[in-house]
Amino acid sequence: MDWQQQANATEQRLRTQLLAGLAGDAAAYQQFLGSLATHLRAFFRRRLFQLPDEVEDLVQETLLAIHGHRHTYRPQQPLTAWVHTIARYKLVDLLRAHSRREALNDPLEEEALEVFAATDAQALEARRDVEVLLNALPQRQRAAVRMLKVDGASVAETAAALGMSESAVKVSVHRSLKALAARFRSNG
Amino acid sequence: MKTDDLVALLARSAGPVDSAASSRQFARTLASGALLSLVAVLLFLGPRPDWRSAMDVPMFWIKLGFPAATAAAAFIVLRRLAYPGMKVGWTMFGPLVPVAIVWAMAATVLLAARPADRLPLILGSSSWQCPSFIAALSLPAFLLALRGLRRLAPTRLALTGAVAGLFAGGAAAFAYALYCIEMQAPFLGVWYVLGMSIPAAAGALLGRRLLHW
Repeated sequence: MDWQQQANATEQRLRTQLLAGLAGDAAAYQQFLGSLATHLRAFFRRRLFQLPDEVEDLVQETLLAIHGHRHTYRPQQPLTAWVHTIARYKLVDLLRAHSRREALNDPLEEEALEVFAATDAQALEARRDVEVLLNALPQRQRAAVRMLKVDGASVAETAAALGMSESAVKVSVHRSLKALAARFRSNG
Repeated sequence: MKTDDLVALLARSAGPVDSAASSRQFARTLASGALLSLVAVLLFLGPRPDWRSAMDVPMFWIKLGFPAATAAAAFIVLRRLAYPGMKVGWTMFGPLVPVAIVWAMAATVLLAARPADRLPLILGSSSWQCPSFIAALSLPAFLLALRGLRRLAPTRLALTGAVAGLFAGGAAAFAYALYCIEMQAPFLGVWYVLGMSIPAAAGALLGRRLLHW
């Protein structure tokens, strides 16, 4: 069974249960709500991975809404469309309330720290350190290492730019890195 | 509370439910709102003094038909918006059709008129009175439409509020047309449309607050 057939089968089973429930069959209605809860949980979990603690509350909130508005299901319409619209309405509601709360609170706790943690300065400083290290190398080797390892050029490109053979580039860069590593170890 | 417990609790408290009955109740609520606007006009304003002879003029019926068609189209849209997952689709543009027809008629009249006559055709003799009366008369129909919608489950709240306002505006404009003596399409195209737009705009602004569930 592919997922579409599966969805159709679920639709038919749930719809039968709901219609029986609307006619007064409490057991069928309980089965309907029970399996609906598992579908809603999966649906919300996929959409709320930033707010995992809210999933179960939202499932219950949506079940209550569906229960309270079960007279708005029209038998001629697909159950999926009805459930999905209500679930999305409740989801958007939660997200809106959440962003409103966030806007009221001082966002200093996590978001502000995140802003400071992820500065470009780190990248800039790393680049400066690399330059300091490279300056310790002879000019020709420095150019080869910078092109190949810092700027990301290919061996062929580096060789062509510096007028060296490809194997010479490889050997040169290999030696340079070894020298740099030794120097780094003795310094640090 | 655990979700399974909630499910059991809800299932125990659930009785049989008749969705067709609640749909009929919604239609009744909206119709009674429209009726209130009509009663208000007949009680407080009264029909135009020459209503007997006016009934022989086609424009009298066009003036009644235009807001009635707008309200009817808005009602059709509203019945879809009130139910989750019902497609609104092309019915959304229904309420615009009567407006477009009246505008086309107004354009024809204005183009045929001498330039000096055009402004008087638009302004008539009761220009500002018309939209303010229509807006005021729409209030009972608007409140009852909101009440009916709150028993159902609209999910596009601003849009639903706007269409509810348009329905109420159309019903109010229909009632007001019995009192109003203006007989020119350009007047209808400006002032009646403005009068119906006021409750529609109010509905769009208040929809989210008043229809939330």
